Amino acid sequence: MKLLDLDFVPLPGALKAYRASADAAGLMAFAQAVKESGGRFVALWGSDERDLKRGFTLHVAFGIEQGLALLELTLAAEAPEYPDLSEIFPAANRLQRATYDLLGVKARGADSRPWLRHANWPADFFPLRRDADASRQFPPGNEDYEFVRVEGDGVHEIPVGPIHAGIIEPGHFRFSIVGEKVLRLEQRLGWTHKGIEKRFEGLTLQHGARLAGRVSGDSTVAYSWAYCLAAESLGNTVVPARALFLRALFLERERIANHLGDLGYLGNDAALAFGFSQFSRLKEDWLRLSGALFGHRFMMDAIVPGGVACDLPAGGAEKMLAQCDGLESEVHLLKNIYDEHAGLQDRFLTTGRLAPELATLLSIGGLAGRASSQAWDLRTQNPVPPYDRLETQIVIQRNGDVAARVAARFEEIFESLRLIRLLLKDMPAGELAATLAPATEGSSAIGWIEGWRGDVLVSLTAGRDGAIRRCHCQDPSWLAWPALEHAIMGNIVPDFPLINKSFNLSYSGADL
Amino acid sequence: MYQLLKQIVKTGIKTEAPPMPDEGLRVTAQRLEKAMLDKLGRALAIRHIDAGSCNGCELEIHALSNPYYNIEALGIKFTASPKHADLLLVTGPVAKNMEFALQRAYDCTPAPKLVVAVGDCGCNGGIFGESYASCGRVANVIPVDVAVPGCPPTPQALMVGILTAISGK
Repeated sequence: MKLLDLDFVPLPGALKAYRASADAAGLMAFAQAVKESGGRFVALWGSDERDLKRGFTLHVAFGIEQGLALLELTLAAEAPEYPDLSEIFPAANRLQRATYDLLGVKARGADSRPWLRHANWPADFFPLRRDADASRQFPPGNEDYEFVRVEGDGVHEIPVGPIHAGIIEPGHFRFSIVGEKVLRLEQRLGWTHKGIEKRFEGLTLQHGARLAGRVSGDSTVAYSWAYCLAAESLGNTVVPARALFLRALFLERERIANHLGDLGYLGNDAALAFGFSQFSRLKEDWLRLSGALFGHRFMMDAIVPGGVACDLPAGGAEKMLAQCDGLESEVHLLKNIYDEHAGLQDRFLTTGRLAPELATLLSIGGLAGRASSQAWDLRTQNPVPPYDRLETQIVIQRNGDVAARVAARFEEIFESLRLIRLLLKDMPAGELAATLAPATEGSSAIGWIEGWRGDVLVSLTAGRDGAIRRCHCQDPSWLAWPALEHAIMGNIVPDFPLINKSFNLSYSGADL
Repeated sequence: MYQLLKQIVKTGIKTEAPPMPDEGLRVTAQRLEKAMLDKLGRALAIRHIDAGSCNGCELEIHALSNPYYNIEALGIKFTASPKHADLLLVTGPVAKNMEFALQRAYDCTPAPKLVVAVGDCGCNGGIFGESYASCGRVANVIPVDVAVPGCPPTPQALMVGILTAISGK
């Protein structure tokens, strides 16, 4: 495939994904063309190839009509630099900064404030360099981060976090406000950075699945699947059909569980405690059945390289179908109550609006993107089996406010229930797992799965003796967090928890 | 409103009986005297701190507030500040970036500062271990009274851990 003078070769596996080498000018021209043709910036990461005498490599992934386009740019071994992509896709900003913190490759002329490094390791220590000793511990430092200051009459700042008031992951939010109105929000994240990408190095392909399943606990199924898809693509492992159906079943169950939880908290944050007690009850019923059928309430480690670790037990399909019927009628009833509750709608409507044009500019996908007219859903656009036969209906809302993100969750629950019924009806018999085929040293592959929050991307490169050389996991939250900064502008401070919850982004997933 | 009330009545009370404490989870001997434990009863204020978890443990801590476990009915509630807390419920391997914040939250907590470490990561660093970015288990940073293993521990197991922290032998 030739696009803009770049020769793309297909990557192994079921995804429509292509890779090409580019020089700096070629990368920028391609990025510009993607933007102009309605494509999307998806991911950015780096790798150390100095031991192979190839300096460093910058990897940039785009979502285009044909699927995933992966561009690779070779950088010098000494003082590696590349052009600033955030000029074209602002969403590249934090990824570029994180790539510098971990690998020491720099985007020329770009925002150079640290992102994942909080002065707790030295500025010249780059953990993802292959010669970096990851077991080294450094004395904690004290960071003086340069927040953008808003000045003017009556403007003041509210610093929040890293430890928040609720049961929630840590992050820091700096609000610049006048009266109750938010003029600007600036996020400082990276607090839960625990060295995941370095930890992958040297693990076996088999073991890596467990770690991938713990990048972001609420999306464990999506991560395990994306990881396994990459691991299986490396050596062209053929996964049994039954395993693929079970994976989709797990993924849709994960989607429903999270949407139920969010709908409850969204009611709660708008002072309707009834919503919380009802939806959290439904979620608990849902998790209990997952636990009873598959041995784990969140189905952690249920997806393994080559297939799945557990089968649907006898009578399981009937139990699940009965639960789907019960849940569907209860959620319809609760939706009616939410829809007709004036106080709730008053809080939801027009609050935290992310306009579609802005959503496009920020490359946001996933649930929050779809609630702002961004029609990206891998289950329809780049479906891996069994999604290629399910005809998933993409859920689009146009208003981009809290109400739109609530409505999208309701609709996605109903669509996932339809998919679960379809999967149970057509579930093929057969094996649960194939043996993972060995991967050749230096080969790489991509896994890309639509989790409940958005697209989870895993890039995997094999090293010696079936070990992992490099694994990059990209959470959809990387691209959605900056959108939240915009959605809060002009709203009042007390609406922030509600708006934040309506996005419900991952800290751990993006802190790595 | 009619639909809402009808749904409440139809749902009824779902709360289940709480589990018993489990001495096996105790890391350090009970520091509180019987008289104090009696006084405290179960009127416990908890401050949750995510020191670097994957958010899996948080999902189950959230579940403690659902109608089945209904932890608040036992007199146990989550507070917004460590200054109001009797007990810190700490998840995660302690990320290097959170070490200072966790230490400060501990310093702000009034005595007797009960600490329950949650999850395999909180107990022993879990799959993340110790590295340039992770301090490993919670006890490497602050003293721990009770440790609840699991990945993540079930809500039932979390309740056992919390109740153990406020029970005598």
